Amino acid sequence: MLTPTYLAQQLVNALNLGSLYALVAIGLTMVYGILRLINFAHGDMMTLGAYLALGIIALLALPVELALVLPMLLVAGVGLLVERLAYRPLRGAPEVAMLITSLAISSLIQNGATMTLTAQPRPVRLPSQLAQRIAIGELSLAVMDLVIVALALALMVALGVFVKRTTIGIAMRACSENLRAAQLMGVDVNRVIAIAFAISAGLAGVAGVLWSGKFGLVDPFMGFVPGLKAFVAAVIGGIGSIPGAVLGGYLLGFAEVLFVAFAPPGLSGYRDAFVFALLLIVLLVRPAGLLGQREVNRA
Amino acid sequence: MLVLDNVHVYYGHIHALKGINLRVDVGEIVALIGSNGAGKTTTLLTISGLLRPRQGRITFDGHAIDHLPPHQIVRMGIAHCPEGRQIFTRLSVMENLRLAAIHRHDVPGVQRDLERVFALFPILAQRRRQIAGTLSGGEQQMLAIGRALMSRPRLLLLDEPSLGLAPLVVEHIFRVIASLRAEGMTILLVEQNAYQALQLADRAYVLETGQVALQGTARALAENPAVKAAYLGG
Repeated sequence: MLTPTYLAQQLVNALNLGSLYALVAIGLTMVYGILRLINFAHGDMMTLGAYLALGIIALLALPVELALVLPMLLVAGVGLLVERLAYRPLRGAPEVAMLITSLAISSLIQNGATMTLTAQPRPVRLPSQLAQRIAIGELSLAVMDLVIVALALALMVALGVFVKRTTIGIAMRACSENLRAAQLMGVDVNRVIAIAFAISAGLAGVAGVLWSGKFGLVDPFMGFVPGLKAFVAAVIGGIGSIPGAVLGGYLLGFAEVLFVAFAPPGLSGYRDAFVFALLLIVLLVRPAGLLGQREVNRA
Repeated sequence: MLVLDNVHVYYGHIHALKGINLRVDVGEIVALIGSNGAGKTTTLLTISGLLRPRQGRITFDGHAIDHLPPHQIVRMGIAHCPEGRQIFTRLSVMENLRLAAIHRHDVPGVQRDLERVFALFPILAQRRRQIAGTLSGGEQQMLAIGRALMSRPRLLLLDEPSLGLAPLVVEHIFRVIASLRAEGMTILLVEQNAYQALQLADRAYVLETGQVALQGTARALAENPAVKAAYLGG
């Protein structure tokens, strides 16, 4: 069974899954870095993105490219709105208040989608140009696979440049290190936090579109498990660190795919247990995650 | 220039500032001295907007600022160099300085201020690309002051600039503070080192448990027997 082709196929799968986890984990880690909020509604931004793409293609019959870009922008807008309406009023309240609010938003989205769109999973019919397969030797790749990896990488590079080079990016890093000092330096933290939420939600939205394209289904709860796994990825990489989230995402993608590919057949159902076991091991060895920094006192 | 009128601040149930009255005039160096927990840092944080007075008024050039968010207070011309330096250790020296000018759009002006900071602290120019966390304690304090200057303040709040530094570095920092005053900067200085603060300042306030216990010219306070006994080591 262990032919080079099989191995290459698994690597492609791992790159795909890793790219998606990384996109989702980045948003979690950005928001956590600034607000110390574990955003449980983050996975549901994927769900929103996926439904929006479905609607855009099925109802509006717009071109495929727009089915990627529009959900990203719209979900980014939802992220802004949620921050403004739900989280900002809680600024200064204990962190657990925001955490519970994020759970509420998550169930609001899940149940809202169930009530209006039913819990029935909807099939995603990939447009023909994405469903095509390309043969490289014996390896057969879907165009969708290439799109996922290329788009994810492009977005990550763009984000990296933004965070590294622009003043807002510098402000974002400053806020995640010391929010109070950033305020004293004249940074409008509300603006920085709003931008972080928008980017975070937008990336999750586009990840949702890609996820539904890859796995072919959209339902109201589809974001939950990938959201949880992305959280694991962010923690493994060192929560608060963007490169850490990317590393953790790919690591998790590879670990999961290779586990399923090479574990004895009876065990592949334990993939999620394996992921969490991996998390435990990493945290035992490096409590702050692979690239994480020890928490500075934010008194 | 800056007036605090009967300012009360609470941390939860703890009454930290109990009716502070304080005034800083243009061109002055005013020192706040007092023991740990007297409310010196709390006073500065309240002026900067990180803490809110429950009662009382703070005006800057006649405008009430006690309900403005911190970033708008910075824009009005008050910079705060906080206790313990609080530079961004994961950012480079240059990024720390650029960040503090984030709201300014006059590029040539920002460039001039950058050169001024580098003239005051030439070591920062050499280390501009270095990650700030790798600087020595003295260099970090220089960066903290330089960073505060990048918003081109008219009033500079300095919280314990000499804390934990070698005597030679302390001397350098105090020389810089004196030269800032010579350029016309107004400064409100919080210091544990009362002796040094009173030498530099024009006027001073002595805080005790959240209240102004004594005030006057720095010279008079330095001669005051009570101040001598409590803060200047007899």
